[in-house]
Amino acid sequence: MSIDTSKVAETNSTAATAKKPNRAGAIAEWADDRLGLATLAKKNLRKVFPDHWSFMLGEIALWSFVVLLLSGVFLSLWFNPSMGETTYEGSYAQLRGVEMSEAFASALRLSFDVRGGLLMRQIHHWAAMLFVASMMVHLLRVFFTGAHRKPRELNWAIGALLLLLGTLEGFTGYSLPDDLLSGTGIRAADGFLKSQPIVGTYMSFFLFGGEFPGTDIIPRLFIIHVLLIPGLLLALITAHMLLLVYHKHTQWPGPGRTEQNVVGFPMLPVYAAKAGGFFFIVFGTTALMGGLLSINPVWMYGPYDPSKVTAGSQPDWYMGWPDGALRIMPNLETHIWHHTISWNVLLPIIVLPMLMFTILLMLPFIESWITGDKRDHHLLQRPRNAPTRTATMVALMTMYGLFWAAGGNDIIAIRLHLSINQITYFMRAAVFIGPVIAFMITRRWCISLQRKDEQDLLHGYETGIIMRSPEGGYTERHLPLSPARAYTLTARDRDPDVLGELPGGPDANGVEPQGGLASRLAGVRHRLRKLMYADNVQKPSTAELEAAHHHAEHEHELQAPMEGHAADGHQFDGHHLVEGEKLRADD
Amino acid sequence: MTDEHSHLPAEPGNDDASAPDTSLVPDEPIVNPGLPEHAWRPTDVDPKAERRAERQVATLFGLSAVCAVLFVVSYLVFDVNGGGDGETVQTVFGLGASNVALGVSLGLALMFIGIGLIQWARKLMGDHEIVEMRHPARSSDEDRTETVRVLNLGAEESGIARRPLVRNSLLLSVGVLLAPVVVLLKDLGKTNAEVIDEAAYPGAGLEHTVWTSGMRVVRDVVGTPIRPGDLEIGDLINAEPEIIFEVDEDGEHVLEGVHLQIAKSKAAVVLIRMDPDENKPAKGREDWAVDGILCYSKICTHVGCPISLNERKTHHLLCPCHQSTFDLADAAKVVFGPAARPLPQLPLMVNDEGYLVAQSDFKEPVGPSYWERDSQQSTSK
Repeated sequence: MSIDTSKVAETNSTAATAKKPNRAGAIAEWADDRLGLATLAKKNLRKVFPDHWSFMLGEIALWSFVVLLLSGVFLSLWFNPSMGETTYEGSYAQLRGVEMSEAFASALRLSFDVRGGLLMRQIHHWAAMLFVASMMVHLLRVFFTGAHRKPRELNWAIGALLLLLGTLEGFTGYSLPDDLLSGTGIRAADGFLKSQPIVGTYMSFFLFGGEFPGTDIIPRLFIIHVLLIPGLLLALITAHMLLLVYHKHTQWPGPGRTEQNVVGFPMLPVYAAKAGGFFFIVFGTTALMGGLLSINPVWMYGPYDPSKVTAGSQPDWYMGWPDGALRIMPNLETHIWHHTISWNVLLPIIVLPMLMFTILLMLPFIESWITGDKRDHHLLQRPRNAPTRTATMVALMTMYGLFWAAGGNDIIAIRLHLSINQITYFMRAAVFIGPVIAFMITRRWCISLQRKDEQDLLHGYETGIIMRSPEGGYTERHLPLSPARAYTLTARDRDPDVLGELPGGPDANGVEPQGGLASRLAGVRHRLRKLMYADNVQKPSTAELEAAHHHAEHEHELQAPMEGHAADGHQFDGHHLVEGEKLRADD
Repeated sequence: MTDEHSHLPAEPGNDDASAPDTSLVPDEPIVNPGLPEHAWRPTDVDPKAERRAERQVATLFGLSAVCAVLFVVSYLVFDVNGGGDGETVQTVFGLGASNVALGVSLGLALMFIGIGLIQWARKLMGDHEIVEMRHPARSSDEDRTETVRVLNLGAEESGIARRPLVRNSLLLSVGVLLAPVVVLLKDLGKTNAEVIDEAAYPGAGLEHTVWTSGMRVVRDVVGTPIRPGDLEIGDLINAEPEIIFEVDEDGEHVLEGVHLQIAKSKAAVVLIRMDPDENKPAKGREDWAVDGILCYSKICTHVGCPISLNERKTHHLLCPCHQSTFDLADAAKVVFGPAARPLPQLPLMVNDEGYLVAQSDFKEPVGPSYWERDSQQSTSK
């Protein structure tokens, strides 16, 4: 290193000194006299942000929402959410003279007669996809690292609501242009509503203002899309952020990091610049996508006509999984007392999404019921250190993925030259069996990784250097981990000893438990606790670690004569001594 | 109060449940070595590296400004609609040149600012990690006690517990206030029963379509009537009821706007001609076909997509939305997919002029199932 480390750049060493009040100072004073901002700012301007790439995922969601607000305002200046009929006379020659709704005509106007209109439409659509996608990945990160545990369960619930609302916002949005594809989507939605027992036709007739398609659906979806849901999203995002500031960020364990502190860079200036810069990168990415990647070319689909359909009709990707469930559902329908219950629609599209959302919302609460852990947690867990939890989410992801793939069964059939019938029958079984297999593999995989960590701690990491003993045996050289790395690996909780607990038997005082629901629940809870913890690998104790290190030192002493020499294989056959080995020339 | 809390060292002996539990991640088997020493970056210690980073950041911001100007130039230079005729639009990579130029220049202008800011933060801003102490999420016990006291005081002063009459009548009035809210929403739309009663337009309500006895079956799009001889064996055509295209004496369409859309959403049909030997008509439908020509609803009985994909050899009709498949040679029964009911069949006959016409409306509701649908009317699976 030729750099003189004693010299430090001036930019980083000058301490901030209070200057005489200047113009800016005067304005700040005027504002603070009235708003008292300094009290708030003093606490938060240097708020600490721990650094890790995965903490950026939620930020993508936040910034894509801002992009959606900005591009959405632009679109609303031209879009006309009306189902009034008009004859198209705009620039797109192929549709000139065609009867269509005002909504579709104004979407065409935005695409062909407003400069930058198509760009904004495409930015808006890409940002919407990014918004939902980044929320999902952020959710996975939070769950895999245990950031949903106390005290953050309510913020998890808010996040789950944001995902639900974001999805509905996407559906109402892509339905607005009133083109053939989105109209088909609305038509199917009408079928979904009608499948609900008792209230079905009422829901449909109230939403559409009479019989499908009516003239009310586009204006109603519009106001839901631009006011109702964005308002809720804004409010919930604000609550999500406020709670984040109140709880402070979680952080990865490591040297100097504890449950009581948070270590990282201050908001001003580093994170303000990084996060602010990241907003421009997210916006820039969506702008490039809007410029280069065509999305939802409504002029190719044409205006909605209830008697027409396009082959290969697909909803936006985040609507794909319930659509897949709808496709692979067996065709069950019950006729009873002059009434019809269409299970084939009701179960996959109404019951299943509600069930999945409820499970999602309840995950932190279910987990804390099983673990009985009521402590605050601010240090993150590596996914491998909670094998059952990690496996649970991977099972849910597998189920989601299979449903999603089922939503493209026609595309898969065409692209891979498979029979759509076979794909459908396969998927019917796979959505149940796949998650179970994924659960078992993931859980064992995590436990194996835990064993690997234990090996590294006790016997050091694998160096890749092969040692040959005088007897001809081969061993790999292990070296101890750095103290920081070793500490980080052990900075985790010990799991409770669940095998020592005896449910159903007499308790510590010899009192037999009462029968009934409570004791049955306790039994279920105990079994789940065993599933949660029993097979996990615990970190070594101090004594085990010392014994292992002692053993390693002994090993090193034995190997000392060969220190610094690579084995070319001739040390022991009389060609030359260990010292004379020339493989590593510069030694 | 909370400040005091955060400074309290959380000792294991502290029985205050709110205090962070130090045993959570115990300092064993390895003791926390504490924060690592700060390492200087090249830009901290080498003035050359520092100036280089400064130049990089400034260049990135400069490039952004250039791209922003290019955006304005593209806005002015490129035609979005080919001068209004829509046919001579300039294209790049098969995309509109205007869109590509605007998107790329805007995207890069934003990206360069973003990359510049992050480069600035990483290379030139102070990079000392700082430590902040946490405080428990819960309020302190004093705060809790005080809040409970104030709440009780409020309850006491309002006398809500002592005056059940006042409390209960208030609950009642607020509860009944829900009624106006619900009633107000009633006019969101007419119900199915109201729509049928009013019959404000032909074929109103879920149980009806615009088909009536003697209405001609006409070709989709063009609206020309069809003679049985127009179809060869194996042909399948999309058709509509004649009323969709009908014009009155003044040259005005009989059905317009929303009524036309509603009519189309229920009355669209497919006509197929097959070898009468191949067809297995359902019971009671033996005379619904004309010379092997059958007419089925085009609206899927699953969730209502118009069905369009015909397999000529097998007489199978496939819905492109969820792949329900119907066998038109077997009373349009479901052979595959999530639909539960066969497609309703429209009884056909030939009128005096030799055109295909409907004998009547559909004998059962078309489209997706719904709660009130009377299963007795539907053909068995």
